[in-house]
Amino acid sequence: MTVYLDANATEILRDGAMAAMLDAVRLTGNPSSVHGPGREARRLLEAARETIGRFWNAGPEQVVFTSGGTEANALAIHAFGEGRRLLIGATEHDAVRMASPDHEVLPVLSDGSLCLQALETALQRGGPALVCAMAANNETGILHPIETVRMLCTRYGALLHVDAVQLAGRHVEGEARLTVEGLTSLAISGHKAGGIKGAGALVLGAEGHVAPMLRGGGQERGRRGGTQALPAIASMAAAFELAAAQDWAPIAALRDRVDEAALSCGAIITGGGDRPRLPNTTSLILHGVSAQTQLMMLDLAGYAVSTGSACSSGKVTASHVLQAMGLDDDAACAIRVSLPWNATESQIDGFILAYRDMAGRLGKKAA
Amino acid sequence: MRILVAMSGGVDSSVVAATLKQEGHEVIGATLQLYDHGQAVSKPGACCAGRDILDARAVADRLDIPHYVIDAEERFRSSVMASFADSYARGETPVPCVACNQGVKFTDLLSMARDLGCEAMATGHYVRRVEGEGRAELHRPADLSRDQSWFLFATTQDQLDYLRFPLGDMPNKEAVRQKAQEFGLAIAAKPDSQDICFVPSGTYASVVEKLRPETNGAGEIVDETGRVLGQHEGIARYTVGQSKRLGDIHTKDGRRQIVKRIDATTRRIIVGPKESAGRIEFALRDMNWLIEPLLEGVRCHVQIRAREVSREAWVYPLADGAKVVLDEPAMPAPGQACVLYQGSRVLGGGFILS
Repeated sequence: MTVYLDANATEILRDGAMAAMLDAVRLTGNPSSVHGPGREARRLLEAARETIGRFWNAGPEQVVFTSGGTEANALAIHAFGEGRRLLIGATEHDAVRMASPDHEVLPVLSDGSLCLQALETALQRGGPALVCAMAANNETGILHPIETVRMLCTRYGALLHVDAVQLAGRHVEGEARLTVEGLTSLAISGHKAGGIKGAGALVLGAEGHVAPMLRGGGQERGRRGGTQALPAIASMAAAFELAAAQDWAPIAALRDRVDEAALSCGAIITGGGDRPRLPNTTSLILHGVSAQTQLMMLDLAGYAVSTGSACSSGKVTASHVLQAMGLDDDAACAIRVSLPWNATESQIDGFILAYRDMAGRLGKKAA
Repeated sequence: MRILVAMSGGVDSSVVAATLKQEGHEVIGATLQLYDHGQAVSKPGACCAGRDILDARAVADRLDIPHYVIDAEERFRSSVMASFADSYARGETPVPCVACNQGVKFTDLLSMARDLGCEAMATGHYVRRVEGEGRAELHRPADLSRDQSWFLFATTQDQLDYLRFPLGDMPNKEAVRQKAQEFGLAIAAKPDSQDICFVPSGTYASVVEKLRPETNGAGEIVDETGRVLGQHEGIARYTVGQSKRLGDIHTKDGRRQIVKRIDATTRRIIVGPKESAGRIEFALRDMNWLIEPLLEGVRCHVQIRAREVSREAWVYPLADGAKVVLDEPAMPAPGQACVLYQGSRVLGGGFILS
């Protein structure tokens, strides 16, 4: 039986999110239809919209449903990037980087956090700008200082879009809850919080029109055409409610145990582990041992972890995130361990044994 | 046992994976990504292009075995493509498949297989591995029309001991395709790969010229006295022993002309009449032996091109290689492999020196 430690790729489905999905699947109506079944579907859709909005201190009219995080990010850049300089963090997800081929890159520090000085310098150069910064990095779990980024953007009159796909639903000890206030928009995805795949949302800082990428039937108040994926949306709303109610401290404690064990085997925590990080995520470098080999060994031992960046063919390449943090050869030697919301102690005990065994066999060879 | 199968996405290695799985082994599939498919021209049938990786993955899914794509682009570029171009720039005719088997496949992938705790690694090559006295022997396969032993001469004894070639005893390709069909593999009818995998549609000269621009450019075709007979468009387009691309010079005074030598420094192609061109004796470098080290000459058959009959010869060990003395003259091309056989068994081989 495989132990799943790749929650940042997709979370394990939460029971309540499954139940919400099933309820929605049973409905026939299209939320845009004017008859009874349509109304019934719309009621569910709007309830989900309210739940999601509340989560970010936003009204329902500020929530635009999309097919997922990638589309939400692309929609933000499409709508708000037009006619503006695009300033994009070096460790952003490809969903952001690839949506804007002509962007300026904002460097990060070696601890993985956005370089605020570079951001301010870039903003001082003037001209209307859209800044894109992720709340938490998908590969390392490291948080960007979004509050400071927000203040800087406000000071220089720049728009700020936050990719909150990995942070959404997870609580970081000692950090204030992220809201959409003061932001231009933020992107979220349902399946990263324990919902099913197929829904996400762009949450707007203020009600307003957003130039759509898909015009279609004018759904989502003309901001995103196409019939809404109601089961996925209902499941996303339920997942966020459950995630918000979760105590993340036990997960963080398990993650810390993974870190300790890895350190004792000679591994390095990417970014040093001192910056605030997602409670469930760690990125471990085993010097001189390719991430590919580590991933294969752990997979064959029954543990599903990942390297931050696998292309669609499955080929593992050096991570752009780690390279941006100043790592050279080690950028191809890191694996990401991301605990699901329901990780157990015995699973982590088993993983630590498997990791020790791997590091013992391969780490020595490389040293 | 746990065994890693190098899967190219073609029929042969797919059947190997399926057969081993059927025999009850714990099979792990691995496919090497050797070069950026997007950059090379799409060429179905060539090894490990994007399409092939997807095919390998589909086969692995069908067989329900784990499958991994290994990024070997950088290593392939430096160890295979660069030396391929360097060799042409020296006026040689290289065999990149030997370098690839030797390095990327049988060194890197094989060591990964060991790391993963595999007891063996299998490939879809058509050669036979025979358990000899103590150590494994490399032999030509049952189907001589598919023989790949010439390309595998550089396999070391340690590698050979670890490797398995389940297709060596297959009577012919049709039988392999038949098995693929029986296993329900979608690639059963996929065309064979051809030529050099990273060279789109046989235009290897343009690949060489891109990597080593100095090989690009015209030069003179001369006879053995230095008399200029014509012009050529790049030395990488010529191979010693051939008369391709000689144009009008192909025949002179009623005698067929062939390339006798390629002088990379002056960019000259030296031609001469075919019947006078042969050599009896030539030297080999980078010898690999699959027998106990020789102390004296050995009587054997040597094969000096991929597709050619083998010739009777004596081979003598030298400190840094070997000397070949043929019974009848032939036209060995520098950079090509010379592989030594006794019966079907590969004794070893080396690369032909200029």
